[in-house]
Amino acid sequence: MGKTISEKILSNHAGRELKAGDVAVCDVDFCFGQDGTSSIIIDSFKKLGVDKAFDKSKFYMIIDHSSPSPNIGVSAIHKKMRDFAKALDVGMYDIGCGVCHQLVPQYGHVTCGDLVLGADSHTCTYGAINVFSTGVGSTDLAITLASGKNWFRVPETIKVIVNGKLPKGVYSKDIILHIAKDLGANGATYKAVEFYGEAITALSVDARLTISNMAVEIGAKVGLMEADAKVIKWVAGKGAKTEPKPVKADIDAKYVSVKTYDVSTLLPQIAKPHAVDNVANVTEIGDVKIDQAFLGTCTNGRLEDLEVAAKILKGRSVYPGVKFFVAPASKEIYLDALKKGFIETFVKAGCSVVAPGCGPCVGTHNGVLANGEVAISTANRNFKGRMGNPNSFIYLASPATVSASALTGRISDPREFKKRL
Amino acid sequence: MKHFARRLKVKDNINTDYVISGRYKFKIQDPKELAKYIFEDIDPDFAARVKPGDILIAGENFGCGSSREQAPQALKMAGFTAVVAKDFARIFYRNAFNIGLLLIECNTDFIDDGDELEIDINGGKLKNNSKGLLLDIKPIPLVMKKLLEDGGVVEHFKKHGGFKFE
Repeated sequence: MGKTISEKILSNHAGRELKAGDVAVCDVDFCFGQDGTSSIIIDSFKKLGVDKAFDKSKFYMIIDHSSPSPNIGVSAIHKKMRDFAKALDVGMYDIGCGVCHQLVPQYGHVTCGDLVLGADSHTCTYGAINVFSTGVGSTDLAITLASGKNWFRVPETIKVIVNGKLPKGVYSKDIILHIAKDLGANGATYKAVEFYGEAITALSVDARLTISNMAVEIGAKVGLMEADAKVIKWVAGKGAKTEPKPVKADIDAKYVSVKTYDVSTLLPQIAKPHAVDNVANVTEIGDVKIDQAFLGTCTNGRLEDLEVAAKILKGRSVYPGVKFFVAPASKEIYLDALKKGFIETFVKAGCSVVAPGCGPCVGTHNGVLANGEVAISTANRNFKGRMGNPNSFIYLASPATVSASALTGRISDPREFKKRL
Repeated sequence: MKHFARRLKVKDNINTDYVISGRYKFKIQDPKELAKYIFEDIDPDFAARVKPGDILIAGENFGCGSSREQAPQALKMAGFTAVVAKDFARIFYRNAFNIGLLLIECNTDFIDDGDELEIDINGGKLKNNSKGLLLDIKPIPLVMKKLLEDGGVVEHFKKHGGFKFE
């Protein structure tokens, strides 16, 4: 019987052959925590009675969720993380470095074939570069920090094939929102997803990361893709310490289901309040005025996301009264965007460019909404209260749709600006 | 032991942001204090109605979204004996057993707020005394049983010097 990518990567890390449904203890290649989860990691680690990391080079503390700190409580968490990193002599990405899911692959901490745990649900992002990566809670992460291991139930896999050529003005974000609508918030609970098809291979690696990032929004443990030449080149450019070990599924691998999509006629997609799978075509959305726009996050804060926004915004002004926040996903992306003139475009258009990090996505700072306000965001979650106010409304879309909407003051079809795309 | 059902107004896909909002998670580190704010964004009066020993009742995909361990912690600190749902999202599922909070999967369509319940894990049944119903519960996986027996994953790990599921 052939094996899926998940079955192979977990087998490689358990030292024995595994199939879906098996439970095994596996060696983990890299793990990390962020400022929303690290306080409990530290507490649990201390309870374990251990005083050192299993491998100093394989753990990072990353401050991104509430960065810079908006209040004394968060400042105390950040200080606790710094003190802990120092005591354990482990790496730390402090305020201003960027979002964990950008930094971990960008700095070569992970490569194809690795097994990775993060104390953050969007750790599934690196599935796009052929890494079995998944989110866990803080205590699970503490166990791995102490031992280098954790237990895994080998997931069943859903095969998703995305055919066709994306039309202009439609992006990888639209693909994953469309899939979320079809499969639902629990369509892949406990399972892995493997993405295939010409529409996936045509995407840049950055655009693929957007799709794997949102695998958890359909309940998936990981959203895996094969390592093609683009991925191998991408990881080689990030200076990973170990050689990539690309893993392909066998031709006779067993899938619980196969879903096929054709995106040739896909329209820009919008997730409406208050659920990620509450998705409609932009043309069906009606007249929705917005108060705020947000470009950034682990979903869509990368250079090509900023580029498409800059193209739409260049020489124009954000609609009067609309607040537009931009958070580059990392310091490097910020610097590249500066060199390319994107940041100047944003500032001239009236955007507020905030520190690299999660920005207002988690609702603790950088643009909390007022009662009744409406935001359109490139993030991955629009739960009620997500951006800090349960009496506000969040729509999710691609960077192009968000930028087009910021110019018109209402949710708009980016294809209206297609001469710029 | 008898327990009483606490049912939320929202049934399915209750995410961990709803269990405990990010605006409290970052500000308050004491789980007992956090427990005062559970479900505030979807059911503001809910936390005040919870009594020690209650069982939380939900529909499908409970605990989806963020990996925040503060969610099961706050539920435990609020006094819940267990959470009963049709199914759970996987990160929440691990987190709950890791800290010794019992999760039970069963059909929750026939449980109303205030119903008197009894859980028989070994017998695989949930008894709804208020309705005279005996509901089947999905067997708890061996790994989860071990973690519960040992009082959570930290205690399990310390006791065995690693994982021991056989």
